[in-house]
Amino acid sequence: MLRFVVRRLLQLIPILLGLSVLLFAWLRALPGGPAQAALGERATPEAIARYNELFGLDQPLYVQYLRFLGRAVQLDFGNSARTGRPVTQEFLERMPGTIELTLFAMVFAIGVGIPLGYLAARRHGSWLDSASVIGSLLGVAIPVFFLAYLLRLLFAVELGWLPGSGRQEVRIDATRITNFYVLDGLLTREWDAAWDAFTHLVLPGIALGTIPLAIIVRITRASVLDVVNEDYVRTANAKGLSTSTVRRRHVIRNALLPVATTIGLQTGLLLSGAVLTESVFAFGGVGSAIFDAIFARDFAVLQGFILILAVVYVLVNLLVDISYGLLDPRVRVR
Amino acid sequence: MIVEDVPPDSVDRSGLPVLEVDELTVTFRRRGEQPTRAVDGVSFAVAPGETVGLVGESGCGKSVTSLAVMGLLARRGVEVGGSVRLDGRELVGAPDRTLRELRGADMAMVFQDPLSSLNPTVPIGTQVTEVLLEHRDLSRKEATAQATDLLDRVGIPDPARRLKEYPHQLSGGMRQRALIAMALACRPRLLIADEPTTALDVTIQAQILELLRELVVDSGTALVMITHDLGVVAGLCDRVHVMYSGRIIESADRHELFARPRQPYTGGLLASVPRLDGARGAPLHPIRGSARDVIPWAEGCAFAPRCDHAQDDCLTEVAGSTVPLEYDGPGRELRCRHPIEYPRSPSGATAAGAAR
Repeated sequence: MLRFVVRRLLQLIPILLGLSVLLFAWLRALPGGPAQAALGERATPEAIARYNELFGLDQPLYVQYLRFLGRAVQLDFGNSARTGRPVTQEFLERMPGTIELTLFAMVFAIGVGIPLGYLAARRHGSWLDSASVIGSLLGVAIPVFFLAYLLRLLFAVELGWLPGSGRQEVRIDATRITNFYVLDGLLTREWDAAWDAFTHLVLPGIALGTIPLAIIVRITRASVLDVVNEDYVRTANAKGLSTSTVRRRHVIRNALLPVATTIGLQTGLLLSGAVLTESVFAFGGVGSAIFDAIFARDFAVLQGFILILAVVYVLVNLLVDISYGLLDPRVRVR
Repeated sequence: MIVEDVPPDSVDRSGLPVLEVDELTVTFRRRGEQPTRAVDGVSFAVAPGETVGLVGESGCGKSVTSLAVMGLLARRGVEVGGSVRLDGRELVGAPDRTLRELRGADMAMVFQDPLSSLNPTVPIGTQVTEVLLEHRDLSRKEATAQATDLLDRVGIPDPARRLKEYPHQLSGGMRQRALIAMALACRPRLLIADEPTTALDVTIQAQILELLRELVVDSGTALVMITHDLGVVAGLCDRVHVMYSGRIIESADRHELFARPRQPYTGGLLASVPRLDGARGAPLHPIRGSARDVIPWAEGCAFAPRCDHAQDDCLTEVAGSTVPLEYDGPGRELRCRHPIEYPRSPSGATAAGAAR
């Protein structure tokens, strides 16, 4: 088990090296380079030269890269060009929002998706089954930003039922401990702050959860349909077990194996930044930070965020692989 | 009628059949397709302690018959007709709850492929104890103790450890033993074994058959053995029903059947078994062709197109002129117009007598 984890972590190294080279090259390939990007189109050549000298950009490329790498290993990605604060600190402030949003979206997708997929399979061929198949097809096909925009327009702007932007009402002066706003509200017993932060999760969470929801419905349905025809389900019935035992222990348990993989992969995807959804709802997570950084040409932020998110993504996948071993004894690592 | 309370351990010697199957029909109906009759008027009975073989090639309806007896066929799209009685109790049309109470407790089944018949994500122990916990009033601890005992009885070494293991950690033979343990957990009156040895090595096959025989003799369980393997029949069965295309075409006691097969199909089955004592390079004798999906009994005899004995009157153009299953001497029934004939010996002793 430990060897497996270590091996997977070692596999992370070449991935990150490759990614850092790409990011590095991409920044240098921009017209005018980082200096132009940072100082704007009307910057004088002198200003650009000073900027380059200041940030060591006049050095040969490989020196620049090694320097960048050396700092990155120490989690130092430089300072944001916009705010002047360290990129790492910005990330730590932004990430909790994205994690909260991802959790909400996944709980929504799992909570609705698994029961719906299961029911569709149980009533194979019924209107519910057809509706879930068509609905999940639509769910995958609708562009997220479009859905996010629709939800916001309808429920926030027109009906005014739910907040449509930000992570918390500005008027609320909440105490920050972990930067998980809902959690902070609960920890400090500021219930109204927690509730307000929660309502801010609903619309972006649903928009973000739609694709995972659609995928989970389809996979659960297909998997249940597969499993009910398995020989061991027939054996369970031949033992005269009650229908609820057959379903719980023999059908659902096995049917959820492929669903668990999907849930893991989708969680990884959502965690690595929902740029579109977050920017529609001006949600202060990693996604909207990346969105803002692109417009502000804040390359230090882009570079740092993307590298850290790559690590997050690989780690989440590692967790998925480990948890899969817990669910299915056949793939348990020796 | 007064039903006496029979203690579960006592062996039933009443001789009344445990299982009576009468004119059983199974029809599969799919939307947009012709209904298919997989089993067509099958009747047989099994007495306590008796082993009855249902023999035939793939697709002859023997497995469907067993699933129909257990009530394990899908409710949708399948029509079951006729009668199945377990200790006099009608099972065809019985509500699902009644069937679930009987399955696992009074009637049990061992399936063909032990790996796919066991749940891969649940430990063996749970899969054994769940039967006991469902049908018997036991605590978890008592059930585990009984499960250990059961695994020991079916010949699994170190049963306490095996209970915690998963199916993939057991060998093929052990898995089948575990399945048998599950089937026998509640001492059923009827055990149906659907090709229990097909997926196993030859050496393991013999062990499993021996185990089944011991268990049946010890407990007086009625055993229905579904197989295409005549070796299994020879080693285990008291009475044999040969099936072809959803119908029984010949019934006889084991010795009679092996000594004097009357249906040319039975004769063909016996002749197609490779013999170890035959000359090297001696040709095998397969039966020509293969069974058809549609059951062609309506026009005479379904086996006629493949039969070496077939004559003009075996197949007719007249619908509904099925060759009937008729009395063919004591304890024998036969569905054939031109059976294999044997010379009568003057003393009246039959070839079967000699074979005994």
